[in-house]
Amino acid sequence: MNTLSPSPSPASGGGESLLNVQGLVTQLRNGARIVDDISFTIKAGETFALLGESGCGKSMTALSLLRLLPDGVTHAGGTAQMDGVELFGLQEREMREVRGGRIAMIFQEPGLSLNPVLTVGQQIAEVLALRQDLHGVAAQQRGVELLDQVGIPDAQRRIAEYPFQLSGGMKQRVMIAMALAGQPELLVADEPTTALDVTIQAQVLQLLRDTQAASGMALMLITHDLGVVAEMAHQVGVMYAGQIVEQASRAQLLAQPLHPYTQKLFAALPDMTRRNQPLAAIPGNVPPLGGGMRGCRFAPRCDKAWALCGEQAPDWTVVAEGQGVRCHLYADGGSHVGWVERSDTHHLLNAGDGYRCAPPILPASLLQVSDLHVHFPIRKGILQRVVGQVKAVDGVSLEIAQGRTLALVGESGCGKTTLGKALLQLIQPTAGSVRFAGHELIGLNGNELRARRAAMQMVFQDPYASLNPKMRVAEILEEGMAALNIGGSSAARQAHIDTLLDQVGLARAAKWRYPHEFSGGQRQRIAIARALAVSPQLLICDEPTSALDVSVQAQIINLLKTLQQELNLSYLFITHNLAVVDYLAHEVCVMYQGRIVERGTTDEVLHAPKHAYTKTLLAAVPVIRSAQRNPLNTAPSSVAG
Amino acid sequence: MPVILWSDALVFLLLAAGGIGAWYVRRHEHLLLPWRRVARSATALVSLLVLSLFLAVGLLDTLHYRAALPGQQSGEAVYSPEVLSVFDKLIEPLRTHTEKTYSAPLAVALYAKESVADTRGNVLREYPRLRYGGAHLADVSQRDGDVAKRALFGALAGLMAGLLIALASVWRLLPSPASGRGAGGEGSQSKYLSPESSLRSTSLSPTLSRLRERGLPLFSMLVATLVIAALIGAVANLATVYHVLGTDKVGQDVLYLSLKSIRTGLIIGTVTTLVTLPLALLLGIAAGYFRGWIDDVIQYIYTVLSSIPSVLLIAAAVLMMQVAIETHPHWFDTAASRADLRLVFLCLVLGMTSWTGLCRLLRGETLKLREMEYIQAAQSFGVSSLRILVRHIVPNVMHIILIALVMDFSALVLAEAVLSYVGVGVDPSMISFGTMINAARLEMGREPMVWWALAAAFGFMLVLVLAANLFADAVRDAFDPRLNRTEGAA
Repeated sequence: MNTLSPSPSPASGGGESLLNVQGLVTQLRNGARIVDDISFTIKAGETFALLGESGCGKSMTALSLLRLLPDGVTHAGGTAQMDGVELFGLQEREMREVRGGRIAMIFQEPGLSLNPVLTVGQQIAEVLALRQDLHGVAAQQRGVELLDQVGIPDAQRRIAEYPFQLSGGMKQRVMIAMALAGQPELLVADEPTTALDVTIQAQVLQLLRDTQAASGMALMLITHDLGVVAEMAHQVGVMYAGQIVEQASRAQLLAQPLHPYTQKLFAALPDMTRRNQPLAAIPGNVPPLGGGMRGCRFAPRCDKAWALCGEQAPDWTVVAEGQGVRCHLYADGGSHVGWVERSDTHHLLNAGDGYRCAPPILPASLLQVSDLHVHFPIRKGILQRVVGQVKAVDGVSLEIAQGRTLALVGESGCGKTTLGKALLQLIQPTAGSVRFAGHELIGLNGNELRARRAAMQMVFQDPYASLNPKMRVAEILEEGMAALNIGGSSAARQAHIDTLLDQVGLARAAKWRYPHEFSGGQRQRIAIARALAVSPQLLICDEPTSALDVSVQAQIINLLKTLQQELNLSYLFITHNLAVVDYLAHEVCVMYQGRIVERGTTDEVLHAPKHAYTKTLLAAVPVIRSAQRNPLNTAPSSVAG
Repeated sequence: MPVILWSDALVFLLLAAGGIGAWYVRRHEHLLLPWRRVARSATALVSLLVLSLFLAVGLLDTLHYRAALPGQQSGEAVYSPEVLSVFDKLIEPLRTHTEKTYSAPLAVALYAKESVADTRGNVLREYPRLRYGGAHLADVSQRDGDVAKRALFGALAGLMAGLLIALASVWRLLPSPASGRGAGGEGSQSKYLSPESSLRSTSLSPTLSRLRERGLPLFSMLVATLVIAALIGAVANLATVYHVLGTDKVGQDVLYLSLKSIRTGLIIGTVTTLVTLPLALLLGIAAGYFRGWIDDVIQYIYTVLSSIPSVLLIAAAVLMMQVAIETHPHWFDTAASRADLRLVFLCLVLGMTSWTGLCRLLRGETLKLREMEYIQAAQSFGVSSLRILVRHIVPNVMHIILIALVMDFSALVLAEAVLSYVGVGVDPSMISFGTMINAARLEMGREPMVWWALAAAFGFMLVLVLAANLFADAVRDAFDPRLNRTEGAA
């Protein structure tokens, strides 16, 4: 499954252009443009990737093309020609023929895209009846063929099953089968693998490549994942705040990203080679959709911006054959580029100074877990008899030393989060021992446990769900201190809150606001500050960056790393993102079905895996041919580590 | 002699709680903020205006007394056995001007023909003139002109009064250092002003623009005040000599009945809520949060309770109460206190049977909330369960409570009507929308139809419930942090 290069692109320029979008503008009723003047071309048999962070208008672009915009959002200009047919000129009745017939779409969340009360077969048959006029046995047969084609084993039986009987990856395969049922010329895939585990993601991406090779359809792939782009795309459009800021072929983009934003995106990716230096995080946040801005939209976050950038919006500049960029740096023949390169290198070198990991001393272990079991009973019947056990955590042992980071890696459902909660005694472990700084935690009564609570805290995955929307930041931060009697007087607590906000890089005025006024990254900072409020020695970070954009993820990882050095914190870092592990962790445990199948230092596990599962996991991660490994790219302008 | 009935005591208790709550909110800037947002919504303010009129009528109707009779008995004043309210006194003519039987709105004659003997002894079948309605008119044909004239004069007077009120309230809003803050309790809007206002100018237009900058919907408030004032003026002027909404079977003025019903409706709505809310809230979130056997027990209780037909349950309880009341007449010194106790008891019974729906809703929502990560964060701090319930769960289910309560309000008023129909509702001597609607059952069936009693009850209930709904909506929106951003750096 790890044949990473995309199917060969049709001869460049020779392929017939299938979809030609010019100057597409989509706006809200109040006139705010959420898709602003977008132009691109997709050739038959080619994959065009639209890359961008959340809220930059990628999905809106796709929905505009299908004319499926939600209420309050309107198409306000631009053309989209599909084989010479103007999509925006069609009647709604004709457009229905196009949707599903010529352009099909698959969505991010396969669990929500299928109707739970219809069988898979009925849902595919619906499309077949509509598009190909197949009914009864013929439709049934074609349905089985399609399921076979998307690699669902035992298709004959699966076709009669309901969506809840299928796994997430299977559901996405069914969605793809449904999309293929209409034999579309263009498949729009909106974050098709974001909700899936990395091994499943690899399978689904492979399936998309195979399907494309077999049917010759074009693919418009919307994603935020550079890795997926590197594996799948022929052409890439990088979107930022409603505009395409750079467009290039995959090779060009990976070799030499031009726009400062693209460069920063690559630099913000965590990676082992950058371990001893801070990630080049992009300061600030993605601007909200439709915020009317003068000048370049990236200017407030761009360290190369000069006066012009704030005043005048940059025009589209074609830099090389097939590569264009929307940036003043390249406007007049690239006269500014040289300056940029120096600045870039200089900046990184500076930041690297004094940013070294603590020397690997071997301190006493802070947390010792031995043979921990967490079983959930399965109850049945009126009397709730226990008929079986779900072994979520099944005999896990691990140790974390003071000031070190242990990464716990595994796919969803392997018991990582349960383990984290069992360590905090939020879930009662069934058996085993958890010793923290020499004290056994299991079996303590309420008061004894409360006395130990301060030492171990958790940072949760979803910053949107982990802060109470009805409490202000100051109240959120104060809660733990009040519960554990830390800080004594109210004034002392307020002072401590100010210190915490400084530590996590938020303005002090933030404490009088409600969580909803902050962006995802800022909210995660608040969540970290909340955990730090009680001065813990160990933080359990449960996928703290998986809900964040790449550029913001780098900010949070930098913050965690700085805090570790300043406060000598230990981290148990629960994640499925191996790049983050590589960058941040000292040691790694790989978890599979409730057990730890491999452990060791980060280098050992990630670069010389022994267990078969670890190898599968590593192989499934999409790889960006990064600057270091690409011989094409020796120019200093690259975002080298 | 002032009389405090059971329901009066409960109303005063609610008022006191509301007053303390308002005082507390006013002292905390961040709690005041959402109310400022409420004050910016035109719908909210207009519906609040309507609602506060209803409340004012209800409150005036709650201040009960017994009039002193002229005679004295062995040095002690003798009091009339009839319990009246301040509101009764205010609208005395409406209460005392009773006709013989049905008469249509603004009519000058009865609705049914009667045999009348004229001076010569001939018996005629005709519509007799009313005793009070239009009695000042010598000629029946003058009625239309008279009605129009009186309505116009009343409306104009009301308009003038409305303008005066509007001017006075704008005047009060003038944030001069002397009077800007100190006396700002009664002016319905002045409490939404921030304390730092330092405008000394007394000229009107800059003040108005200042207020508009704060986002107070002055124009819609002005229009609403004027319209309502004109309406009240017209009705009040007409009501002195006509029955604006007609009379009922025993000749009572329907306008009077409707106004008196407001208190009964409000009491049934609020006192029942007082019973429902703690039960539903406590049991609902406890069941959802603790799960396990607590959840089982609570679920069994409300499943059993809601599977018994509630009318049956209420009928049984009310009949038992009735028997108790009748066997102990010495408990009550007036008929009013008897009727009142029955009302309070009805509220209790209604409350005990109607908490299950809200409880189920809250349990479901809590089940969802308890899995939220902020709850787990609190748990990992060792925050006590009670505190988690109060600080984290209750504020996050408040929107459901608010909506459910306002929806229930109308359902409860209707339930009272249904129960009155079965005969287990409020005391027959007590005026309520329920008894009015119940009476309308026969009135709608007779020919020619008597429609005005039902229409009056319908109209008043509609306005009351609609205003409550709109206001609750605005409040919910103002309190939802997702829809609002904190202004500035507050």
